[in-house]
Amino acid sequence: MNTTVVAQLQRQFQDYIVSLYQQGFLDNQFSELRKLQDEGTPDFVSEVVFLFFDDCSKLINTMSTSLEQPDNVDFKQLDSGVHQLKGSSSSVGAKRVKNVCISFKECCDVQNREGCLRCLQQVDYEYKMLKTKLQELFNLEQQILQAGGTIPQVDIS
Amino acid sequence: MEVCNCIEPQWPADELLMKYQYISDFFIAIAYFSIPLELIYFVKKSAVFPYRWVLVQFGAFIVLCGATHLINLWTFTTHSRTVALVMTTAKVLTAVVSCATALMLVHIIPDLLSVKTRELFLKNKAAELDREMGLIRTQEETGRHVRMLTHEIRSTLDRHTILKTTLVELGRTLALEECALWMPTRTGLELQLSYTLRHQHPVEYTVPIQLPVINQVFGTSRAVKISPNSPVARLRPVSGKYMLGEVVAVRVPLLHLSNFQINDWPELSTKRYALMVLMLPSDSARQWHVHELELVEVVADQVAVALSHAAILEESMRARDLLMEQNVALDLARREAETAIRARNDFLAVMNHEMRTPMHAIIALSSLLQETELTPEQRLMVETILKSSNLLATLMNDVLDLSRLEDGSLQLELGTFNLHTLFREVLNLIKPIAVVKKLPITLNLAPDLPEFVVGDEKRLMQIILNIVGNAVKFSKQGSISVAALVTKSDTRAADFFVVPTGSHFYLRVKVKDSGAGINPQDIPKLFTKFAQTQSLATRSSGGSGLGLAISKRFVNLMEGNIWIESDGLGKGCTAIFDVKLGISERSNESKQSGIPKVPAIPRHSSFTGLKVLVMDENGVSRMVTKGLLVHLGCEVTTVSSNEECLRVVSHEHKVVFMDVCMPGVENYQIALRIHEKFTKQRHQRPLLVALSGNTDKSTKEKCMSFGLDGVLLKPVSLDHMRDVLSDLLERRVLYEGM
Repeated sequence: MNTTVVAQLQRQFQDYIVSLYQQGFLDNQFSELRKLQDEGTPDFVSEVVFLFFDDCSKLINTMSTSLEQPDNVDFKQLDSGVHQLKGSSSSVGAKRVKNVCISFKECCDVQNREGCLRCLQQVDYEYKMLKTKLQELFNLEQQILQAGGTIPQVDIS
Repeated sequence: MEVCNCIEPQWPADELLMKYQYISDFFIAIAYFSIPLELIYFVKKSAVFPYRWVLVQFGAFIVLCGATHLINLWTFTTHSRTVALVMTTAKVLTAVVSCATALMLVHIIPDLLSVKTRELFLKNKAAELDREMGLIRTQEETGRHVRMLTHEIRSTLDRHTILKTTLVELGRTLALEECALWMPTRTGLELQLSYTLRHQHPVEYTVPIQLPVINQVFGTSRAVKISPNSPVARLRPVSGKYMLGEVVAVRVPLLHLSNFQINDWPELSTKRYALMVLMLPSDSARQWHVHELELVEVVADQVAVALSHAAILEESMRARDLLMEQNVALDLARREAETAIRARNDFLAVMNHEMRTPMHAIIALSSLLQETELTPEQRLMVETILKSSNLLATLMNDVLDLSRLEDGSLQLELGTFNLHTLFREVLNLIKPIAVVKKLPITLNLAPDLPEFVVGDEKRLMQIILNIVGNAVKFSKQGSISVAALVTKSDTRAADFFVVPTGSHFYLRVKVKDSGAGINPQDIPKLFTKFAQTQSLATRSSGGSGLGLAISKRFVNLMEGNIWIESDGLGKGCTAIFDVKLGISERSNESKQSGIPKVPAIPRHSSFTGLKVLVMDENGVSRMVTKGLLVHLGCEVTTVSSNEECLRVVSHEHKVVFMDVCMPGVENYQIALRIHEKFTKQRHQRPLLVALSGNTDKSTKEKCMSFGLDGVLLKPVSLDHMRDVLSDLLERRVLYEGM
């Protein structure tokens, strides 16, 4: 095991994950999730995260279909979709997505279609962005593991 | 005429002459008869006389001679032939005996003579032995004198007594007229007359040391005869005696302490000698005998030794006195210091109490004031008052703490606490400031860091808070990272893996900031009380400079070390400290020890196998909750709808977590249905906990009314879930600690 390489990678990982937190992509819940990962469930986080992204894409599709026709937008359905999304995103700690969901819900409450569309776009953008970022993070993790090191536990309150 | 046989004498008798002859013969005869008698008498009287035979012969000879003379008496007149015959016989016998005697005497007389010579010889020998005896006795006496002298000299350790005694005793033993001691002066260039036996001497009588006679004496260790006229011997008042007694001088080495090496006889290269001068009485015609000179030499040596002993003793006495003085002074100083400390402590204690009471009043009343209706200016003022008084209170505590720390009167309050929680709490406290300054703080806890430890929680928190606070305070931008790990202590080579039975470990905490950095020269000053290293500009950040000093004291109390590394100004710095903590036995039991590669995560043994049911419509959320519970060791079943939940739920499940985020009351209904299901077996009913997005009063009331045993705010952290589960299982209800 090349300790300097590992240390470097760990440093990189740490910095990257810190930057994600700093930029508001992730919040505390994500670190809670990481805590749940152990030798019994080594891919827990990635599984949950990818499930979330799946969920996201499905929900977004459904919601965009709902919002397509300007006349009969089923705000109730939209509301439940947003609610789901909000729930999921807060479960994984996707902070930005969750925040967008909050504004999305407000738009739904006032039945603002334009607002909802905007929010939907934003949600889409955000979750895709997060996906890329997390992909990068998981790559770093893999690199560290391959170099023989351990993933550092970064706990940000 | 008849012819008679008488013999006519030769000559006609002259009457007078005849008479005289007659008388003389008579006396001769008597004498001749008495001599043997005398001889016999005296010989009998004496004890020894080897020649008795000669005596007999001689006696016979004398007797016969006497007889002859006696018989001669009858021949003066006409005498008969018988008489003539007897006379002739006697004469013949006498002749024979005397011839024999004469012959015998030839042998005897040389013998007698030789006896005489032998006697003379023996007499001489006896006289000689007597003389020698006398000498030996004298010597023995001298020896005795020496011993006594030595004893006298060595019986005292006082310099003056030694020297005085020496002179006195020498004077007595050797019957000296005068005895003097010359000591070298301080300069070493002169000899000063220091002691004399009889005569008074002027006080500063010196002679230069380079005199030939002195050099001669100093050059040898023997006693040297010197002239009575030499300067060192001219002590006696000239009194017209024309026959001064002989003078002898001997050197006395003056040895210093430094001359005594351990295995070395003192080298006589000391070159410091005193001179002892001894004078025989004038007009006594006495000579210095060899044994007397030897005595003097021996005494001189003894004196040298005695003097050096005296010197050593003086030295040690002086040292002892000095030490005693110092002791006394130190004692006094110590007592004064103790008094001062006590006074200070009393002062502090009193002041502390006196100061705290008004302080508390100010803080409490300001807080109360804050709660009332205030105008914005007033609020600002009150806030400032509160902040200032809090700061003041902290300052007072710091000062008091520090003084107690310095006393050594501070004790650590040990207890078991959760280390991980401690770090998080600290970060929570710092977070507001950090967020304001936009400084993200990362916490990195090593995987093998024990969770439950034994130590002083409050003080440890103080230390971490201080260090992290400093990092935040002095960083304008960048980030702060806090790392906690288990470290090996330098002094112990053994591995230091976490062993679950009450041993210790060293916690190392590294706080790295990207702030202004510190000049390496200033680093030592950091831990000094009240020293500030920052320029005036940053002084506004407050603080009394005590924080690091106190932290250092606490760290030291915890048998640890604290230091700061910095690459220089502007490059940030890292504060690192190690402290020793004990490992608590409880709850670390199930920890797997040390393969560092795979972090061992604790599973609470009390939750293993706990059957739990999770109901959540949201897949992601469901998965997260399941992961949480699985991590804690539970056996989790998941359902995604109410109906499924009702179907699956059984008495085996101990807890049911249900998500009630959806608006409406359908989810709550499920609780009622579950209650119905278990009306028969009430004790087997699982605990029902709702997972909700909010936990305000209305939600809580709703949950309670629907028969739920508790409400949890989503998302749930791992620690929180753990605590919740333990609480739940203990108390069967959870309506606090949300």
